[in-house]
Amino acid sequence: MYKYIVKRVLLMIPTLIGAAVLVFFILRLIPGDVCELRLAGSGLYADPAEIELCRTNLGLNDPIPVQFADFVWGFFILDLGDSMWTGKPITFEIGLRFQLSLQVAFMATFVAVLISIPLGTISAIKQDTWIDYVVRVFSIAGIAIPSFWLGIMIILGLLIATQKFLGTPWMPPIEYVSPLEDPLGNMAQLIWPSVATGYRYSAVATRMTRSALLEVLREDYIRTARAKGLLEKVIINRHALKNSLLPVVTVIGIEFAFLMGGLVVTEQVFNLNGLGKLFVESVLNNDYTMTQALVMIVVAVFVFTNFVVDLFYAWLDPRIRYG
Amino acid sequence: MPPLLEIDNLYTQFFTSAGTVRAVDGISYVVEEGETVAIVGESGCGKSVSALSILRLIPDPPGRIVEGSIRFMGRELLQLSDEEIRHVRGREIAMVFQEPMTSLNPVLTIGRQLTETLTHHLDMDDDAARARALELLDLVGISDPDRRLGQYPHHLSGGMRQRVMIAMALCCEPKLIIADEPTTALDVTIQAQILELMKELTRNMGVALIIITHNLGVVARYADRVNVMYAGKIIERGTALDIYHSPAHPYTLALLRSVPRMDQPRKEKLDPVEGQPPDLTTLDEGCPFRPRCRYVVDRCAEENPLLEPVSEGHLSACWEKDRLRGPLKEAS
Repeated sequence: MYKYIVKRVLLMIPTLIGAAVLVFFILRLIPGDVCELRLAGSGLYADPAEIELCRTNLGLNDPIPVQFADFVWGFFILDLGDSMWTGKPITFEIGLRFQLSLQVAFMATFVAVLISIPLGTISAIKQDTWIDYVVRVFSIAGIAIPSFWLGIMIILGLLIATQKFLGTPWMPPIEYVSPLEDPLGNMAQLIWPSVATGYRYSAVATRMTRSALLEVLREDYIRTARAKGLLEKVIINRHALKNSLLPVVTVIGIEFAFLMGGLVVTEQVFNLNGLGKLFVESVLNNDYTMTQALVMIVVAVFVFTNFVVDLFYAWLDPRIRYG
Repeated sequence: MPPLLEIDNLYTQFFTSAGTVRAVDGISYVVEEGETVAIVGESGCGKSVSALSILRLIPDPPGRIVEGSIRFMGRELLQLSDEEIRHVRGREIAMVFQEPMTSLNPVLTIGRQLTETLTHHLDMDDDAARARALELLDLVGISDPDRRLGQYPHHLSGGMRQRVMIAMALCCEPKLIIADEPTTALDVTIQAQILELMKELTRNMGVALIIITHNLGVVARYADRVNVMYAGKIIERGTALDIYHSPAHPYTLALLRSVPRMDQPRKEKLDPVEGQPPDLTTLDEGCPFRPRCRYVVDRCAEENPLLEPVSEGHLSACWEKDRLRGPLKEAS
């Protein structure tokens, strides 16, 4: 097992290098660069000499291999450098946003698991009854409704409800506070985006739980468990659920990794300063260093999440043993 | 004293989009205490469904027991509440299934699967259940039981898994074990071991056994009484001796002829049962075996024969049963 873990960690390196090569070259295929945008972006005339100076300062005039080596080396020594757009250290720019995105991703996952596993289970047990239909409509709605729209509805709903019942309208705070400083204030802000994204996320996982469980319930060993006279509760919880969770864990893992960089619109709706927004801005600004750093972080999250999912598999199913 | 198990006029049907499948179509039989009864028939004749019906394990929908009675130790199983039937399952009547590969839960340890029945039915604590599980594994001939308890089904061979299934069935010292093709999925050499084990254990513990099989060799060796099923009905019943030496139904006869035998010359061709088993959704008035029967007479199309005695304890559902028992024997 330890050998496997070491192997998997080592295998992350080529994956990361591959991603680094791709992002580095694709970024440079985009016409224009950060200096043009910064100095002449608003359509003003800019002195070509000034642009040239800017390029030299940022290292954009260095030969491509040198730039690439710089980028990779910076990653190895964990020095991500400065943003080409703002000039501030990237670790500073990413730090808080990463914390926020990570927290939202975790909370959305939590919401999704909390909704999907019980609902999927009940829907499978009560297959083709009205309960099943209600759950299925609920989960299809989750897939169909964009989470940013749901986010808008949540904010509107909160405003209207608080206006009506408390007299003064209230909406989630806009300023981010660390959960360590002010857990309540932090929750008041982040619970809503987590619910909005967690609901869509749960929809896929609910359907996955339902279909996996339905399949497992037809297995011979479930009949064996019934023939033993066990309680239905025990049959579902002990005999069926563990067997049906493999595909659900896969979905949850992929979604989690996606949430780390893909929550662009939802972040806008709730006015969150997360990685998604930073991502879009950095691409629009041709901020090479920032985009590269963000892509690498998201890739690392994906790779790591996959690794955790694989470890989960082994825990759920003893037939899976990695060597 | 009433028999241990008495099945009377049992009908189990499956309501599918293709029509109503009459899987068990009015069967009756009796199992006495400590006795081994075989139910024989080809695939799809309703023998497994009849067994699952006893413990009410028919998946509903689409299946349902529509009529009949199953009395076990004086109690009507079909009248019990879900709660009550659960106390019968595993505790008084246990089952051994066909596929040991898929009938054990792959993600739970052997120990867990053995002890859960004990803690559930007998209120044992974990230590007592573990001790009993060790004892049971030893009883069914599994070496190193202490280590096995912590293993998963995929660590065990097919034969071993079937031994575990038997140990599970014996857990609560039931009165009756229903074995649904217990050896079909196993190697021939292992089959004999498993059957010997089941015979020995049931005899020693005074447990009655219903053994469902399509293997006539199994029947000859282990069963006290045999019920031959065809198209959801019992078409012949008798002792193993009756069935083997003087079959009184063309289907039984055909089955016996289709089995290769060591005491016949190799050159001799096997004589398979021609045709297909009937579609259980479209049964008519007549005898369901008649399209495949070599002794068919006009009456077969009009009326399905009832199970009637040919001699003491030997019954057959065939209009021509008396003709069969005569000269045909020599032909076989």
